Amino acid sequence: MSTHPTETDSYPRADVTPPSGSLFPHKHLLGTWNLDPVSIKHILDTAEEYVEQNRRAQKSTPKCAGLTQINLFFENSTRTLMSFEIAGKRLGMDTISMSTGTSSIKKGETLLDTAATLNAMHPDVLVMRHADSGAVKLLSEKMDCAVINAGDGRAEHPTQALLDALTIRRRKGALHGQTVVISGDVAHSRVARSNIYLLSAMGARVRLVAPPTLLPKDVDRLGVEVATRMDEGLKGADVVMMLRLQQERMQGAFLPSLREYFRFWGLTAEKLAYAKDDVLVMHPGPMNRGVEIASDVADDIDRSAIEEQVEMGVAVRMACLDILTRNLRGEAA
Amino acid sequence: MSVLYKNARLIDPATGLDEKGALLIDGDVIVALGQKVDAPADAEVVDCKGRVLAPGLIDMRAHRVDSDSALAGGITTVILQPDQTTIIDTDPVVERIRRRSDDTHAVRVYPMGAATKGLEGTQVAEIGQMQESGAVAFTDCRHAISDTQLMRRLMEYAGYFGALIVQFPEDKSLANGAVAHEGEIATRLGLAGVPAAAEAIQIDRDVRLAELTGARIHFAMISSREGVEAIRAAKKRGVKVTCSTAPHYLHLNDNALEGYRTFAKVSPPFRAEEDRLALIAALADGTIDTVVSDHDPRSEDVKRLPFGQAAPGIVGFETLLALTLAPVHAGKIELMTALKALTSTPAQLLGLDSGRLSAGAPADIVIFDPDKPWRIEREKFRSSARNTPFDTLPVQGKVWRTIVGGKTLFEGE
Repeated sequence: MSTHPTETDSYPRADVTPPSGSLFPHKHLLGTWNLDPVSIKHILDTAEEYVEQNRRAQKSTPKCAGLTQINLFFENSTRTLMSFEIAGKRLGMDTISMSTGTSSIKKGETLLDTAATLNAMHPDVLVMRHADSGAVKLLSEKMDCAVINAGDGRAEHPTQALLDALTIRRRKGALHGQTVVISGDVAHSRVARSNIYLLSAMGARVRLVAPPTLLPKDVDRLGVEVATRMDEGLKGADVVMMLRLQQERMQGAFLPSLREYFRFWGLTAEKLAYAKDDVLVMHPGPMNRGVEIASDVADDIDRSAIEEQVEMGVAVRMACLDILTRNLRGEAA
Repeated sequence: MSVLYKNARLIDPATGLDEKGALLIDGDVIVALGQKVDAPADAEVVDCKGRVLAPGLIDMRAHRVDSDSALAGGITTVILQPDQTTIIDTDPVVERIRRRSDDTHAVRVYPMGAATKGLEGTQVAEIGQMQESGAVAFTDCRHAISDTQLMRRLMEYAGYFGALIVQFPEDKSLANGAVAHEGEIATRLGLAGVPAAAEAIQIDRDVRLAELTGARIHFAMISSREGVEAIRAAKKRGVKVTCSTAPHYLHLNDNALEGYRTFAKVSPPFRAEEDRLALIAALADGTIDTVVSDHDPRSEDVKRLPFGQAAPGIVGFETLLALTLAPVHAGKIELMTALKALTSTPAQLLGLDSGRLSAGAPADIVIFDPDKPWRIEREKFRSSARNTPFDTLPVQGKVWRTIVGGKTLFEGE
């Protein structure tokens, strides 16, 4: 990188000092809904340093050596879990991961009992994913350590939104003023919600495009534009973020068929022509090729940022782990 | 043994009486009331110091008996819902509850029987025999009876016995999986929602069935403007329909869910602000007939869970009166209207002898100070559980005495 991207990012202004005096005045990272632009920028700026570090041969720093990170995933995940593991290890943390199969939630233990048990082991960071909206917040109330939400129900997935923001900022120079289209299963998507809150806070223009059955009620009150047709929705887009369509939604309950979905809402080169020429195509993965996105679009090296998102994911998660443990290490957040 | 309650503000919603005076009871019945009451020389005299003396409250919807809590709330009769550990769907169960109620010096308990066997919504329950044993109405409680043919037969059959069917108006398929009101808050929080239309759709269908069968129907727990409008239209057409709401719907809207507060998880869910305002207006104009507590004590074990998994329900006995009086203090409804919805109307709907102040009526009485300010403190509840979203809320109107069958079973400050 010849120029540091934050130099062109005009929002928020670099000389702004937040009223709290702290750049990240939060104990946990539970969502993006309560993050202010200063905090967001702080995470993204910190992540930039880790992008550089991750591209070197020597990727680890002992910054967080001696700290314990527990990844507790009550829902299957490979990418996010692995991304958090790598992030923790590159910071020198002792990283332990548990997935549904190995936890005692199957034995009928309640979430708060699990919290009490884990808390007694004195972790320094707990990364958690759960199928219920609000579950991570509930658990965080019983934990002494920092808690990072790695996805709860349909509610939030803040690190995904942060990595998306970092990707956009690096490619486009800024978030402010960008027209970002989020398309697909908005109703059931935590990625969509976290992105809506974060991008709106950073001054981007967010537009949702989805079939009516996959748009949640009153979503326009979240301060976004809403469209149902792809040609209207994609008009003038700087960024198109496709959402993953879950298998169970495809067979009749929300949509008649995959074929029909792809015909009207799948992202093809033809539909993408409505967007700006330099449009950036993103997807949180894993992709359903030929369902929400055509292969040639996903693989277009000029426009697709899908692999870069994965790379940014590790950097952003390192930044989050770093910032949330700074107090423990006697540094200012 | 006679007791004279003097210096009271007598309010009897059954007759519209609201005057200063005294009330004399002898044993377990009221014998006289008015401005001038001649009491026997040996009568005990209680000075009410200007407090309101009204019929004891009749709570048409409670999921647990919780007697101490009910009495503290000024409730003298609890209508127990059939969703007990042993479902109330046969006459022996009804009989057992009635007998236990008569034996103990506690709140009176009348059960509602299950409308369908096992609350399963497939077969009509033994309504006639349960009624003979003392069931006052029939309902599937938390479940809407969704099979149209079954509902029609149920209404026709219940009509023969003059039995009241109480429907929980919620279209089942629209409500499937929902834990919140479908709207901005549910969308923000990522919770599955049920639209207000689900209530109106169920009401509309059952109003048609009431017209078809000529039977009367009561809808429990109206929560939305659409629901209110459907009832209002049906009443206008002369259909024999009545309905209730609970005071928490007059107080909170779906903003209460912010932060995934499971104490604000109720069924039907808290709806939008316009719905809340419509409910107050409907209570004021008589579209809503009764106010119920929907008392549902829940332990922390089932409340301290992620919102989607947590049990719905709140404890309501001890806040029923004060919360129902709040719109009175706000000038939105009359005191008489509020008390009517808590006393004489439920008595009339269920065919109970109580709910009125008149010579010969049971001495079931509440004496309360309608203006006394206090703060709801859940730690002070007499209930077996503390699940309320109203902790620390300042309210007005406090129970001073609760008298059941002539016996003072609760004394407050």
